[in-house]
Amino acid sequence: MRFTRTSKALGIVAIAALALTGCGAGGGSTDGSSTAAGDPNKVITAYSNEPQNPLLPANTNEVYGGRVVELLFEGLRTYDASGKPVNALADSIESSDAQNWTIKVKQGQKFTNGEAITAKTFVDSWNFAANSKNLQNNGFFFESIAGYEDVSAVNSEKGADGKTKTTPAPKADTMSGLAATDDSTITVKLAQPEADWSLRLGYSAFFPLPSAALTDPKTFGENPVGNGPYKFEKQGSWVHDQSISLVKNADYKGPREAKNGGVTFKFYTDPGPAYTDLQSDNLDITDVLPSNALKTYVADFPDRNATKPVATNSTLNIPPYNPNFQGEAGKLRRQALSYAINREEIAKVVFNGTRTPAKAFVPPVIDGFKEGLKGSEVLKFDAAKAKDLWAQAEKIQPYDNSKPLQIASNTDGGNKEWIDAVANGFKNNLGIQAEIQPFAKFAEVLNLRKSQQLPGLTRAGWQGDYPSLYNFLGPVWATNASSNYEKYSNPEFDKLLKEGLAAKSTDEANGKFNQAQEILFQDLPGLPLWDQARPIVWSNNIVKAETGWNGGILYYGITAK
Amino acid sequence: MTRFILRRLLQVIPVFLGTTLLVYYMVFALPGDPIAALFGDRQPPQSVIDTLRSQYNLDQPFWVQYGLFLKNLFTFNLGNDFTGQPIAASLARVFPVTAMLAIEALAIQAVFGVAFGVFAGLRRGGWFDSTVLVASLVVIAVPTFVLGFVFQLVFGVQLGWAKPTVGANANWVTLLLPAVVLGLVSFAYVLRLTRASVSENMNADYVRTATAKGLSRPRVVLAHILRNSLIPVVTYLGANLGGLMGGAIVTEGIFNVPGVGNKLYQAVLRSEGPTIVSIVSVLVLVFVVANLLVDLLYAWLDPRIRYDQ
Repeated sequence: MRFTRTSKALGIVAIAALALTGCGAGGGSTDGSSTAAGDPNKVITAYSNEPQNPLLPANTNEVYGGRVVELLFEGLRTYDASGKPVNALADSIESSDAQNWTIKVKQGQKFTNGEAITAKTFVDSWNFAANSKNLQNNGFFFESIAGYEDVSAVNSEKGADGKTKTTPAPKADTMSGLAATDDSTITVKLAQPEADWSLRLGYSAFFPLPSAALTDPKTFGENPVGNGPYKFEKQGSWVHDQSISLVKNADYKGPREAKNGGVTFKFYTDPGPAYTDLQSDNLDITDVLPSNALKTYVADFPDRNATKPVATNSTLNIPPYNPNFQGEAGKLRRQALSYAINREEIAKVVFNGTRTPAKAFVPPVIDGFKEGLKGSEVLKFDAAKAKDLWAQAEKIQPYDNSKPLQIASNTDGGNKEWIDAVANGFKNNLGIQAEIQPFAKFAEVLNLRKSQQLPGLTRAGWQGDYPSLYNFLGPVWATNASSNYEKYSNPEFDKLLKEGLAAKSTDEANGKFNQAQEILFQDLPGLPLWDQARPIVWSNNIVKAETGWNGGILYYGITAK
Repeated sequence: MTRFILRRLLQVIPVFLGTTLLVYYMVFALPGDPIAALFGDRQPPQSVIDTLRSQYNLDQPFWVQYGLFLKNLFTFNLGNDFTGQPIAASLARVFPVTAMLAIEALAIQAVFGVAFGVFAGLRRGGWFDSTVLVASLVVIAVPTFVLGFVFQLVFGVQLGWAKPTVGANANWVTLLLPAVVLGLVSFAYVLRLTRASVSENMNADYVRTATAKGLSRPRVVLAHILRNSLIPVVTYLGANLGGLMGGAIVTEGIFNVPGVGNKLYQAVLRSEGPTIVSIVSVLVLVFVVANLLVDLLYAWLDPRIRYDQ
């Protein structure tokens, strides 16, 4: 899942607002006790921005479309506030060998247009999403199912500009491993055993779609019809560049029943005005704070803020093609770099507590997380150790200090501050030159990362798609994985991941995944930096609000005064 | 007269081609693949990216891309932006909003600027003149975004006279606060221009003649002094209308106005060439038409000016 790119506060905005935060009015707090029960019919307004795609679950891979889709639809499972998957439309999900799965679907469920939801609905929706000619951004979520290669097949040829160009060329319309044996039963055969496969069934790509969506996805995406706790207020509720209005779906019966009358997402191109709106109760809740408000939001919104750790982490990746970080000397140097970063202090001073120092390659909110893995001591700041390791590496192979060690990043979204802090750590503790390699836009860094052209280190991050250890390891560090841009590869790591997936129980799987992390700690292809916590603030119109495991606000649970 | 207008309209063609070419090239030259950037760390299958790239002609060389854009423009088919929305529809949404904002700002600066300027100019050196001069200097010196934040905080948050942001309900009332902010700096310029011009014309021969003829003071001021003093002011206001429409990015950002500035800002962030150039094209037209109107106004203000030699 992509990162929010909204935190691109204009520099000038930041400067100006700094001058003003001193006189930020709190807005007198009214006594909440008399209205604690809440008004179940009140519509709340929430911060958002224009979704980038038509609102189809399998096509929505950015946060602003994602939050709407998650409220409009309900899948086989859903995640509770702590990230634990609970069955929603599924009665049961079973497998004896982690490869052949039988899913029983609840009967009598309907979309808001009256169309019944059966096992076939899911099978059709998933085949649609996986089919390469439908160009669904999240189609690869079905890659584990047998027959995925055929429906997702593509042709590669040289394009007009000489670059390879791939075009969809599906060899089949349905995945061979997926079938609806009767109205209430889905059978799934995976290409190989995957113990944590059922964990991902709460992710939006697996939501059911009504038949209209499959025939004309683009039109459907403008006025989606779902089965979730909310529905579109009316045709055309999505006013482009302005707002999306959802109202409670009274027919919804499930774990996420709405405690308010509806949610209107108001679009902001910048979090600054939203923050001002909140101060005057002109907006009810936001999960994106302007970077200059991180120091003041607790004072500005006393009793009306919450900060909870979420499943998003950051790493500092060290490309294996960099000659300074190869071989035995390189290994020592990677460790030295890690010891030279004072994560504790940066999290406190630069991030004001909205980051917590990393304990592993996976954030602690994920089920199966283990602290104190072998090798994780490199995450502690230790200047003496850093110096010592660096000196040992020098003896093996001298470091080329002719050019400063660059840390590539886009400089918007408050990245420059912490990178400067990290670079200073390298300078002071290792005696090398280090600096930020600034880029105006994320796209530029990504391009260079993909083409292996960055001279130094690079910032990277991962936001969990579904709460599983594997999701933080497989797509990022496995050989040739989709987001492994630095092309780290260790067969032993790959083997442990595979064994973990094939494990009979979740505990056994998690054990393997944690062993795999120990390999990462040996190799340090990236240095875990910190895990995110997501601060949210709300207006005087709201009693209480909280975020879920992935940092998304649980809109359905908000009670309004 | 007709020939003059025709000639001016013909001048639009090279201006239009030049600006669109320049802007399009600058967007084209931005590093990074804009389609890949839409997705962040989690990239979709390559076939999705490639299909989108060829849908938006991004796999073509620059001249082909630009040619296709021009072709689409002249067939009134602006195509879709990267979120799949028709560009024409989003232009139709944002331009009326910004036009409202700009016209409101223009009206504020024209009415108050000229009125204050005339008063100050007539009583040059008086207390009103001195106060207004100092105040306008302050307004000119303070950047728009500072004014914007202060007004938003004071009137929107603390006093609660207006909603601090505009959002989905843009109308003449909600746009008043941003319009005041947007118009304030130019208001100060208009005021100073009017004042200088009025105080200069006060001593002109024709004013003395008018007064000597026994015309009433209001008639002298309005028909003789003011009308002749308006030429530099009108020139400034005309040039300013285009500036207000295109330059409202900061103000629209602060007040979350769903207008041209916000759209342009987002389009630039996403390197959306077609959207940026479409917006710029419309802005160029606004500029040209506004300047043409100004030139035509000259003849009305000063009958000595002739267009056809």
